[in-house]
Order: sequence, then C-alpha cells, then structure tokens
Amino acid sequence: MLRIHALCASVEEKPILRGIDLELPAGQVHAIMGPNGSGKSTLGYVLAGNDGYAVTGGEVTFDGQNLLEMEPEERAAAGLFLAFQAPLELPGVNNANFLRTALNAVRRARGEDELDAPSFLRLARSESKRLQFPDDMLKRNVNVGFSGGEKKRNEVLQMAILRPKLAVLDETDSGLDIDALRVVADGVNALRRPEFSALVITHHQRLLDHLVPDRVHVLSKGRIVRSGGPELARELEANGYSQVVADAA
Amino acid sequence: MNSEVRGGADAFLARFEGLRDRLPGDAAVRAAAAAAFKQTGLPTVRDEAWRYTSLRGLAAISFEEPLTAVDSAPNLAPTLDAPRIVMVDGRYQPALSTVPEAITLSTFADEPVFGRAPDSKMPMVALNTMMADDGIRLRVAEGVDAGTVVMLSIGLDNHRPVAFHPRHRVELEPGARLTIVEVARGEGTYLHNAVQEIVVGRGATLAHVRLQEESIDAFHMQTGFAEVAESGTYDAFVLTLGSKLARTEIHARLTGPNAAVHLNGAQLLGGDQHGDITTVVAHDAPNCASRQTIKNVLSDRSRGVFQGRIEVARVAQKTDGYQMNQALLLSPHAEIDCKPQLEIYADDVKCSHGATVGELNADQLFYLRARGIPEEQARSILVRAFLAEALDPIAHEGAREMLERAVEAWWAKRDTPTSSPRKES
Repeated sequence: MLRIHALCASVEEKPILRGIDLELPAGQVHAIMGPNGSGKSTLGYVLAGNDGYAVTGGEVTFDGQNLLEMEPEERAAAGLFLAFQAPLELPGVNNANFLRTALNAVRRARGEDELDAPSFLRLARSESKRLQFPDDMLKRNVNVGFSGGEKKRNEVLQMAILRPKLAVLDETDSGLDIDALRVVADGVNALRRPEFSALVITHHQRLLDHLVPDRVHVLSKGRIVRSGGPELARELEANGYSQVVADAA
Repeated sequence: MNSEVRGGADAFLARFEGLRDRLPGDAAVRAAAAAAFKQTGLPTVRDEAWRYTSLRGLAAISFEEPLTAVDSAPNLAPTLDAPRIVMVDGRYQPALSTVPEAITLSTFADEPVFGRAPDSKMPMVALNTMMADDGIRLRVAEGVDAGTVVMLSIGLDNHRPVAFHPRHRVELEPGARLTIVEVARGEGTYLHNAVQEIVVGRGATLAHVRLQEESIDAFHMQTGFAEVAESGTYDAFVLTLGSKLARTEIHARLTGPNAAVHLNGAQLLGGDQHGDITTVVAHDAPNCASRQTIKNVLSDRSRGVFQGRIEVARVAQKTDGYQMNQALLLSPHAEIDCKPQLEIYADDVKCSHGATVGELNADQLFYLRARGIPEEQARSILVRAFLAEALDPIAHEGAREMLERAVEAWWAKRDTPTSSPRKES
C-alpha cells in the first residue's frame, strides 16, 4: 500500500526528515510515536503534498504510484487522506457544500458519477449520526466556531465520506476527552477493511487502546529508531521516550 | 487644472445655461451651485478627496440629457419580492412603480427640496444641484414600520452618452423603520450622478442595501448624506459590480447619543473597472457606534479604492468606531488604494482601523486541495467565501440572497477568475 524509502525533507532549508524507511501493507494500522519535534507532523504533510515542505531525497510509492510527483488533490483522489492536527477554519464556506464539493471532485477524478444534493445529504446525515455529530454541524461554516474536539470529529466525518485507502491521522487524539476519543477511534475502526490502511501519528498511547496498531514506530530526529508490536506503545507510555531514544542512539 | 477635466466642466456649464429656465426649484440655489462648480470644475487627482480616482475618462465625454419620454417598457429584470419604485434615466416612472401605503412618496420634479448637501468643495454634489430635474423623496411617519421597498434605477442605451443627476431624499420620523433595496442597472454609456439625503429620526432604523450593476460603460457617482438622531440606526451596504468607474461616497453624521451607523460594502471588479468607496463618519454625540467593513476582490487591471475617515468630536465620549478594509488581488495588475483617517478630539473613545491586502491563504488552499478539490476550484471557493463573509451581516434575507445571486452571475460571466495572485504592499 505505502512504501517509504530513505525519505528526507526540510522546511526552510532545515532538514527535518533524515531518511525514513517504512512499509505499510494493505489492511494494517501502524502508529508513529515520538517526542515533539521528531518530524511526525512533517511526515504527514509531506505525504499529503504540502509544498511548504521540500522533499530532498528518497521515494514514496502509494499503490505502486510515485506519490511525490502527484499534486495534493491527485493524492486525495488516489485515496490518501490526511486528518490535520490543526484543521483549518474556512469562514464563508458551508460544511455540507465543502464535503460535497470534495466528494464529487474525488469521484470525478476516480471516474465515478457525482452525487446529487439529496443523495449527498442522505449520506452526510447518516455518517454524522454515526459519529454523534450535532445536526447543525453540516450547516455551519467549516470548523468556524468549532471546539477542538468538534474540529477533530469533522476530520473523521470527512474521512468517512471520502472513504480513503490510506488515512494519515496527525494527532487526531490531541485535545479530545475520553468520550470524543472513543468516537474518533470508532470512526476509524469503521473504515477498517482488508484494503484500508492507517498511519496513526500520536504522542500518547491512549488512542492506541481503541485503535490497536499492527506495528509501532518510534521517530526521533527525523529517523525511525525503533519498531515493534503494540506492546512498544505501552513500553513508551511506561518508560517515556528518552530511554528508547537513548538505547537506539 | 488639467485642461481635459476643465473642458468637461465647461460642457456641463454650457448645458446648464441652456436648461436653467426649465429646471424646477429655487433658481438661486442652482445659480450658487453653478458658480461653485464653475470655480472648482470637475474634481482632479490633485484634490485630496479624489487622489485615487481620476475623472479624466468622464471629462472626455460630452453628455446630453436623456429623452423625456420613455417609449417602451425597459427590461426591469428581477430584484426581490417587494414593492418597487422605478426610475428610468433618473426619472420617476409612476406607471411602472408600486408605492407601499406606509410610505409617502413625492418627486423632486414636483416638489424640489435641495436639502443641506454642501455644494462648495464637493463638485459632484454642486453638479447635481445645478442639473437635477427629478428624484424620489420617501417619508415614513412616526412609529411606522414601512417594510421593504425596492428602488430600481435603469439607464437606457440612448445611443449617445447621457447624464442624469437624480436628487433623492429619505426621511424617517422617530421610531419609523424602512428597508430600501436600491438596484442600479443599465446599458450603454451614461453618467448616473445621484445625491441622496437621508434623515433617520430618533429611534428610527433605516436599512439601505445597494446593488450597483450598471452598464460596463457607465459612470456611477453617488454621494449620500445621512444624519442619524439619538438611538437611530443607519445600516448601509453597497455591492459594486458594474460600471467602468464608480464612486460611492457616504457622509454619515451621528447627531444624538446611542446612534449607530454601519457602512459596509464589497467590490468585485475586473477588466479596467475602477471602484471607489469613500466614507466619512462624524461622531457628534456620545455613546455612538460605527462599523465599516469593506471587502475588495480585484482581478485583471481593476483598481479598488477605499477612503474612510472617522471624526470624533470633543463631546463624543465613549465612541466605538471600527473600520476594516480587506482586499484580495487576483492579478498582478490589479491595485488597491486604502486611506484610513481618524480624527479624534474626545479622550475616552475606542476606535480601530485596519487593512489587509494579499492573496489567498496558503494553508486554507492546501486544506481544500488535500480533500481532493483541484487548485483552480479551491481558489474560486476561497474567493467566494471572502465575499460571502462580507454579505453575511446583511440582515434582510431577501436582499442578501439577491446580492449572492448577483455575485454568482458575475462569476458566471467570467471563465476562470482566479489566476496568479500576488502580495501587494
């Protein structure tokens, strides 16, 4: 599904990713953990194609395609979804219109028919209900006046509607209370299929209690310094990052 | 003075000489205005108030009077569902109009009232005072809610340039309420040089929404004077889409405590269009609030101007003034000029102003693209959102929807409106 080889990237000439190697097979959930500043969010942005991040080396293939050559919208159409750590507010853009425009853009790019307004609304309403959204969230402007938790849930709603093959969740758990955390995790679990993979970026183990990963990778200073099974997340929670990072050095 | 602009003034003065005996109202007022106009001529960019707006193109045209009779019913096009007062080439058309019962209507032609608009130092007002032959006067009696009325102005294609200078008055007695939705449309080359005097009585509320979608060859000059008494509200919005050259100038005076004025607007310009919004808000009483948010979306070689002055008199303590001008430049050849001015003589006031000029927000653009929306479409969504925000504060739903439709129609006339934005100082 996703193959990252020797990926290097920098922001304003400052190297952040220094050779990442990662293989994420279809159907699996991998977690990326690591201390602040280790490059976790940069990895998410580079995968989604933010041009504020310069790729200085390495390769990324997604479903056999060279991901790094694709525009952000082409990556989305190919089935990649980045749940933003800080979802953007879009004043003046209605949430339902935004979702429908995005879904239809993706469907067009995939050669599928566009959804008309009534069919879309049925889909959006049933997905929001499943994610326990208040009804008015579809009518409001995108993320404007949303609480931190509502913004994160709105990301999960977008994901549920766009049905990606690969979800990159960038600290989707931060700022969520326990109930919201479970809703978000359930939303992702609902998408789990043999052809769906997720890369879950987080600093805490608690999301991983609900969203059990197949593999856990520890990122430090732009490199993966250790990989292991789900027990690695519990070890990190118990001992902190410093021991793991020091052992690897 | 620039000889071209001088020549334009002389042409108007010559036409006045030919017409003056037939014009309604006090001949002495006309003569004084003509003398003032003769002295100043048309404004030039050397006049501080006209620094960013040149009337050279207007001065080069010799305007005639429109025909007195309208042969065929003009295309009125839809506005919104409300009683409608129609003017064609600046003249009231009773046969095409419906006047709500709660409004007393008279015309300038029948009952010429010049009011108190200053002719000296305001050449376009002097020109109006000199030439005005019709206009609409609306009065709403004390405590009456007169609902909504549409004022529709149509400029006909006369196959020669014509000028009309309507003189309007709106008077709301204490506690009265009215929403005026003004729509200006037309075809061909003309000058629409209106003066509007507005009196909002104690506790009265006037909402004034304007849609300017004049002919692309037209010159649209509007000078408004609003006086707002104690606890009164004047809530104005102007959307500039049409005309080659437009200037909407509003002078609002808060004369009693707890009065409020909103002068909001948006300009969406392309081609060689020039749109100027100039406001002067005078706080002459304590505890008053004024709000101004102006948004500009400028493409091609268009130019937007916002000049906003807030004057706070010594007595106007606890004034709350806010002014914001925002511009999106969608082309490297588009230009915005912004001149905020605060003149504050009271010591306990809250006044702020700001301006932003730039391109679309890169993070928002990435967010949309990351959801699969192609870049051009994402840009278009953000530009529309920028304008939608400007329209949000319009309380009258029908009027807001009419403006939203006008904006959509403006986009539909263009292919891809949003290419290569850039930053500007």
